[in-house]
Amino acid sequence: MSYLEYTVKTTPTGLRKILFLNWPLALLLTAVAGVGFLMLYSVAGGSFSPWAEPQMKRYILGFVMMLIVAMIPIWFWRNMAALAYATSMLLLLAVEFFGSVGMGAQRWIDLGFMRLQPSELMKISLIMILAAYYDWLPMNRVSRPVWVMVPIAMILLPVTLVLGQPDLGTAILLLTGGGVMMFVAGVNWAYFAAVIAFGISLVTAVFQSRGTDWQLLANYQYRRIDTFLDPSSDPLGAGYHITQSKIALGSGGWTGRGFMQGTQSRLNFLPEKHTDFIFTTLAEEFGFIGGVSLLGLYTLILVFCVATALSNRDRFSSLLTLGIAVTFFLFLAVNMSMVMGLAPVVGVPLPLVSYGGSAMMVLMIGFGLVQSAHIHKPR
Amino acid sequence: MKRLPRDNADSLRRITRRALILGGAQAAFIGVLGLRMRFMQVEQADQFRLLAEENRIKIRLIPPARGRIFDRNGAVVAENVPSYRITMVREEAGDVDAVIARLAKLVELDPDELDRARRDLQDLRGDTPVTVADRVSWGDISRVAANTPALPGVTPEVGLSRRYPRGADYAHLVGYVGPVSERDLERIDAPDQLLLIPRFQIGKIGLEAQREDVLRGTAGNKRIEVNASGRVIRELDRREGQAGADMQITIDNELQSYAHARLAEDSAAAVVMDCETGDLLACASSPSFDPNLFVRGISVNEYKSLLDNKYRPLPNKAVQGIYPPGSTFKMVTALAALEAGLVDPSETVYCPGHLEVSGRRFHCWKRGGHGNVDLHQSLRNSCDVYYYEMALRIGIENISDMARRLGLGLEHDLPLTSVAAGLTPTKDWKLINKSQSWVIGDSVNAAIGQGFVLTSPLQLAIMTARLATNRSVTPRLIKSIDGVEQPNGHGDELGLSENNLREVRKAMHAVSNNRRGTAYSSRIIEDAFRMAGKTGTSQVRNITAAERARGVTRNSDLPWERRDHALFVNFAPFDAPKIAVAVVVEHGGGGSTAAAPVARDITLQALYGEDPPLSAYPAKDRGRIQSQQERLRRARPTRDGDGSDRA
Repeated sequence: MSYLEYTVKTTPTGLRKILFLNWPLALLLTAVAGVGFLMLYSVAGGSFSPWAEPQMKRYILGFVMMLIVAMIPIWFWRNMAALAYATSMLLLLAVEFFGSVGMGAQRWIDLGFMRLQPSELMKISLIMILAAYYDWLPMNRVSRPVWVMVPIAMILLPVTLVLGQPDLGTAILLLTGGGVMMFVAGVNWAYFAAVIAFGISLVTAVFQSRGTDWQLLANYQYRRIDTFLDPSSDPLGAGYHITQSKIALGSGGWTGRGFMQGTQSRLNFLPEKHTDFIFTTLAEEFGFIGGVSLLGLYTLILVFCVATALSNRDRFSSLLTLGIAVTFFLFLAVNMSMVMGLAPVVGVPLPLVSYGGSAMMVLMIGFGLVQSAHIHKPR
Repeated sequence: MKRLPRDNADSLRRITRRALILGGAQAAFIGVLGLRMRFMQVEQADQFRLLAEENRIKIRLIPPARGRIFDRNGAVVAENVPSYRITMVREEAGDVDAVIARLAKLVELDPDELDRARRDLQDLRGDTPVTVADRVSWGDISRVAANTPALPGVTPEVGLSRRYPRGADYAHLVGYVGPVSERDLERIDAPDQLLLIPRFQIGKIGLEAQREDVLRGTAGNKRIEVNASGRVIRELDRREGQAGADMQITIDNELQSYAHARLAEDSAAAVVMDCETGDLLACASSPSFDPNLFVRGISVNEYKSLLDNKYRPLPNKAVQGIYPPGSTFKMVTALAALEAGLVDPSETVYCPGHLEVSGRRFHCWKRGGHGNVDLHQSLRNSCDVYYYEMALRIGIENISDMARRLGLGLEHDLPLTSVAAGLTPTKDWKLINKSQSWVIGDSVNAAIGQGFVLTSPLQLAIMTARLATNRSVTPRLIKSIDGVEQPNGHGDELGLSENNLREVRKAMHAVSNNRRGTAYSSRIIEDAFRMAGKTGTSQVRNITAAERARGVTRNSDLPWERRDHALFVNFAPFDAPKIAVAVVVEHGGGGSTAAAPVARDITLQALYGEDPPLSAYPAKDRGRIQSQQERLRRARPTRDGDGSDRA
């Protein structure tokens, strides 16, 4: 685990690092955040308060954080992986016992100046520890059962705690993110095939058991599933979010109703219009063209991440960058599926666009790591 | 541990391979998202846009202004005045009790109304405006408006409310409006959307109810933009409705007021009809009530006192009340006999004071009898025996036929609530309804307007008009709708022999002009306005043999509800009949004393169009008439209507 193998001499030092930053990626992030400011300005009825202005400050802070993280050599971060994971786990446990309850779920610790969501930290820490683990693990052991069990434990530990909060969205992100890390690291296909087969049979069992004595879920959980499958069955209740969101999205048409002309968001029909459902406002006001443009920006970010990951000969850097990119992808995939009615409503924000501090900090720190890997890659 | 370069290279190759597979999967998913977006925003855009419009746009009805009602001279009978009310929306109010408490400091709130409002605020949907105070003053409204920041969810609103400036004068004819009730809605098959507006007012009785179709108008609507909690953001557009049509009725405000005042505290009805057109110039039912009470929402106590009043103020006695016509029916019997050719006007019948018919003795009102009477004398003196004899000659079918020709016993088409048909009995009718066969005594009773015969004051006025004109005059109440003149009731030739009618009219003239006539004391002195009439006194009880033996009990000794009804019908002027009048005073005693003076006064008032000169009255009555005129002038509403200060 030594970093001596890096050709340290060729890495830039001091402020020269700034020149080696992946500037296109930084610009893309800023562009996406800019879309967020625009939409927050619009949903506030053409006002910087209460959302656009704080969001801008947060982004600037996040950008500075990204630069700071990027300046620090990637090998330092690799050495910090275990510590980060341990700290995140402790904080998750702390939240279990001392955390505040918000929106029916225990999620954050109030630090006075900010609210810390350990589950957000865990998103990065888990990627780091898995990247470090597979960096350390010799290639020939990757698919051995014992060495497969270790990362599975690393993933399931936080997932269990997060599910208990309960925060289904983060649990899905951690589980999928971790799984993808294992996949990328080269774990044998057979494991994934087995997990997928098990998943399918579990879903089948859940549905088949409904109404029988050995029913696997509570009735209200089945109703939630029903509502997801057919939101119109409960248009004013649980289906309200999905129905209104789809109406907003669909009514945008090709070019949308125009900036600040979205009736669904302006008249409050949209729930959570500034957080999880902000994409619907964009789609309503800028239409298909606007929505696809944002999707294009996201795709470019992913492309740049994958490109820098593949051009990096350091295994840790490569895995870490791919992991961050996957987390970012999962954010946007789950959120967009949700607002388009393709997935049930779980609380996952649209990355860099939705109003909210925690997710943005975590993502900017993540991109800081990506930048650090980019700057300090072996040349 | 030193990593082998080969291991590292292998590993990186595998990572690259897996990363590309992952990238492909991500790209595929993003492609799916894009396609989904395209499907929703391009293919299904119209459908979703429609849903969005439905979300945001609500259609609110604009209640139309109700058609106004004017009298024949264009004076206001029913109008719409702005009324202010305070409404409250629960969702916007938040703490309802606190807001009401604050409101109560500004405006006096009626406890009953407040209780109802609290219930509604609790039960109805949270975004429904509930009326907290109705008919508040402009001052209250401006105080509330000035304090809106402290009163969330409270809105001062202005609407139109019905007002009847003539008060009790038109309670029975025009009726009143009131809020739509559950019962109203059940009655109507396909209710107008308007009726679903809370507290929308519709006609409840009388003209207001019968011509609701014309008066209501059609709803306009406005499209408003609302937000998710139903708060109105702005009005997008509005389409004004069609106001209800204004209506002019045939009644003369002044004459109607006079009739009401003249009937005063009696339980009575009077109808004045234009002989030429059938126009009802006055149609009074006494006692009356203030219809404005019902518009405002009558209190339980007020309503109970109206119900408990033994003079029954609520029904319209002029068209709903049916009474035995008594001697006013004698013209019918006389004409029936004359037309049948079974009696000659000059033929005399001997009246000994009674007539034996199949073992039963029928008495004349004059115990000593009238001696020999011909047709003229029989009407002038109202001899009963003469008509008993006629009944025996011509039979009930002839009498009832003639009664129907003269407008009795059938329901006239008037836009009023429960217009009574009355009854002109026939043998079949008795067989079907009483399961008894007709006996000759029934005919004898019917001949003098007793027994089964029942008529309304309206029908008596029609009968008199037809006698005066020999045309089938029919009543008209609505003169014009929206400026369009309605067909009048001039009527076709009745086809009665003019000679026969002349005999009857001459006899009626004698009733109120010959010193031996039963209504001589109520004569008109003014030659141009001489009237021809007939008194009637109809029994509402059987006189027992014991009573007869003691001498007929005087009406004033009987309890009110057992006294005779007093009736009088007349037309005037005799030479060129213009108006026909019928007056019924329930349990008033004798027709000549209780009804004839009233009919005479109303007739003069109608003919002069104002308080008549004292010279029109018999000299010895003038002093009394003068003080009566003064008293009545004070009792009547002023010409331009009072009550403008009534809220």
